[in-house]
Amino acid sequence: MRKQKKTAGIRNIVICGVGGQGIILASDVLCHAAFLSGYDVKKSEVHGMAQRGGSVITHVRFGKKVHSPLIEQGSCHYMLAFEKLEALRYADYLGKDSEIIVDDREIPPMSVLIGDAEYPVDIEKKLRKFGALHPIEATNIAVELGNLRVVNIVLLGVLSNFLGLKEKCWRDAIRQNVKERFVELNINAFKRGRELAG
Amino acid sequence: MKSLLSGNEAVARGAWEAGCRVATAYPGTPSTEIIENITKYKEISAEWSINEKVAMEIAAGASFTGARALAAMKHVGLNVAADPFFTMGYSGVTGGLVVVSADDPGMWSSQNEQDNRHYGRHAKVPILEPADSSEAKEFTKLGFEISERFDTPVLLRLTTRICHSSCLVDLEKRKESKVKGYVKDIKKRLVLPAHARALHLVVEERLKRIAEYSEVFPFNKIEWGKMTVGIITSGVAYQYAKEVFPDASILKLSLTHPIPKKLIGKFARKVRKIIVVEEGDPILETEIKAMGIKVSGKDKIPLCGELTPQVLRMSFVKKRVASKGWVDIPARPPVLCPGCPHRGVFYIFNKLKLVTSGDIGCYTLGALPPLSAMDTCVCMGASVTNAQGMEKALGKEFSKKLVAVLGDSTFFHSGITGLVNAVYNKGHLNLVILDNFTTAMTGHQPHPGTGRLAAGGPGKRVAPEDIARGCGVEMVKVVNPNDLRATESALREAIAFEGVAVLIFRRPCALLVKPRLPYWIDPEQCNGCRLCLRIGCPAISLTSSSKRDKPLAVVDESLCVGCGLCVQLCQRNAIIVTKEQDA
Repeated sequence: MRKQKKTAGIRNIVICGVGGQGIILASDVLCHAAFLSGYDVKKSEVHGMAQRGGSVITHVRFGKKVHSPLIEQGSCHYMLAFEKLEALRYADYLGKDSEIIVDDREIPPMSVLIGDAEYPVDIEKKLRKFGALHPIEATNIAVELGNLRVVNIVLLGVLSNFLGLKEKCWRDAIRQNVKERFVELNINAFKRGRELAG
Repeated sequence: MKSLLSGNEAVARGAWEAGCRVATAYPGTPSTEIIENITKYKEISAEWSINEKVAMEIAAGASFTGARALAAMKHVGLNVAADPFFTMGYSGVTGGLVVVSADDPGMWSSQNEQDNRHYGRHAKVPILEPADSSEAKEFTKLGFEISERFDTPVLLRLTTRICHSSCLVDLEKRKESKVKGYVKDIKKRLVLPAHARALHLVVEERLKRIAEYSEVFPFNKIEWGKMTVGIITSGVAYQYAKEVFPDASILKLSLTHPIPKKLIGKFARKVRKIIVVEEGDPILETEIKAMGIKVSGKDKIPLCGELTPQVLRMSFVKKRVASKGWVDIPARPPVLCPGCPHRGVFYIFNKLKLVTSGDIGCYTLGALPPLSAMDTCVCMGASVTNAQGMEKALGKEFSKKLVAVLGDSTFFHSGITGLVNAVYNKGHLNLVILDNFTTAMTGHQPHPGTGRLAAGGPGKRVAPEDIARGCGVEMVKVVNPNDLRATESALREAIAFEGVAVLIFRRPCALLVKPRLPYWIDPEQCNGCRLCLRIGCPAISLTSSSKRDKPLAVVDESLCVGCGLCVQLCQRNAIIVTKEQDA
């Protein structure tokens, strides 16, 4: 995998998935890691009704000076998608040579569950038009680690390879954002993800 | 020291640094985390009030004694609190009073996108509009100062993107504010006509003085760039203007009511053309146009929906190809969680083909397919009273197929008055209270029915059934909503009952209880009848394997929490627990 692209200027990261997957925690850790690395950081997320198993998107931007907390369509450098259909839904945000990290998992929305709609096919093919696609079997890794909830941090570990932030900053960011008894588990999850892309 | 704070966390921090003593709110997205964070500061007496009117009045009472006080609410909450808010505009303050309104452009979690900058103007109080978390903290502090200096409540107007965006904020120490103590002053606080006539004159005079202050307010400032385009903007729209017009001259307004007319005039004379970049209604634009200045704004920027850098760019700079993504992919609206105790009740509503007068909470999701069991949703508490109106218009027979439904927290917020009204006016009301022991949608805040306080300690529990009996309801029943048979028979009984019937479906929110063992569908037994799909559980779907061309159902073990609702629907006993259940 290519490492540390686009080091100049602001970096735009979209994190998307289904409400309840730990998207907000992942974005909090990412923001803290960027902050601890000395960058100006902005993050925007959704709460409330929008979170109940619905489609969720969080924007993270960091660089020397960030104004808008929102990323413009077509200018996202990195996407971290916790579900394939959600990656496709927000493909609008992607540029031409984005790095797209997707958990290789399908969660059918209610309309598909009750047979009113079809889950789209060829999602990978469609996403490849926007850059390099990295499908990750994060759920399997999380199962190996003994806790399904760390899928988010496994994926963050994969993303960390592209951002050039120091590993210590990531570890400190995890410590600041998860409960003490889960710190070790999450740091392990992060390492597993980071090694994947090595 | 710098810290990464959301706008809501920053307001909480600002209140603490400013020496605020009392803070009140009713939970509502996007404002909820303000009080949640204030409860971490022991110097501030904070509470979840039962509704926004109560919150506003308590904050006002605290201000009467000279204490600095803050009341926070979402935009529609200010509708509920409008009565005391307007009068406090006349009465003024003793201790600083900051009212926080969190508007929701784009309606991420709301029923409208009203622009509450109208409210500040309507109530004749100053408005502060921060553009990020850093300003949110600063303006909360300045809000208390302006409030005390000009003897007025201050409206701190946030939006979803301010509340739920984070950036780096400088943390400072708390500066204690002295509580002056209560001194009687009826001309100021006893707002009856004779006093109010005098107070109105004071209010108009005060606005003139604040307008002068607005001219020199340090956060109403010009950032000179090229003179070809001048942008006048406020709030988060400022950030978007900086992205889209990086070279333009910008007049950033922060104290946006009353507007600094001299400063605007000075800016307008220097630049060739002016664009007003604002989210929501053309409020600044209208006032600037009234000064006789030619501007562009809402002729290009949409009135509806959230303003984003993309929307702004498409309005002025270039027309982009609208979408490179795919629009024909299935939507993923929010859904009731697996194991949600509301699910069975809505399934029975649907089965009995009831007209459902609905309300605001997680359970509004009962409106979506396949449950499709909600007809109306107007505002907090309206379920109870809309149903009464329908019965009044169509008669008692109509009430036999009509049910009003609301959650426990919403019942305390504004359902009680409607219930008393129904009893007094001899209505035929079937009221269903979905009691899941929490305010679930906004992230599990306590309320009177939980008996817990905002900061976590025990309060005194108020039970909805006691309220119902206390106000004279003759049929009150508490039912387990995960028992479909009991749910259906209780509903039939309530409908048959002459008068007001209250059913309390009680079971804790699925997110607050430990999951039980997941269920499994035996493919040998399943015949693909799809009955289990009718409850709309996210854990149940169809597989690729089928019998006689009928795909079979399967339970996603990682999602199932073992509520057992689907088991009660299956006619072939195909849904079973894989291991022995402990409980």
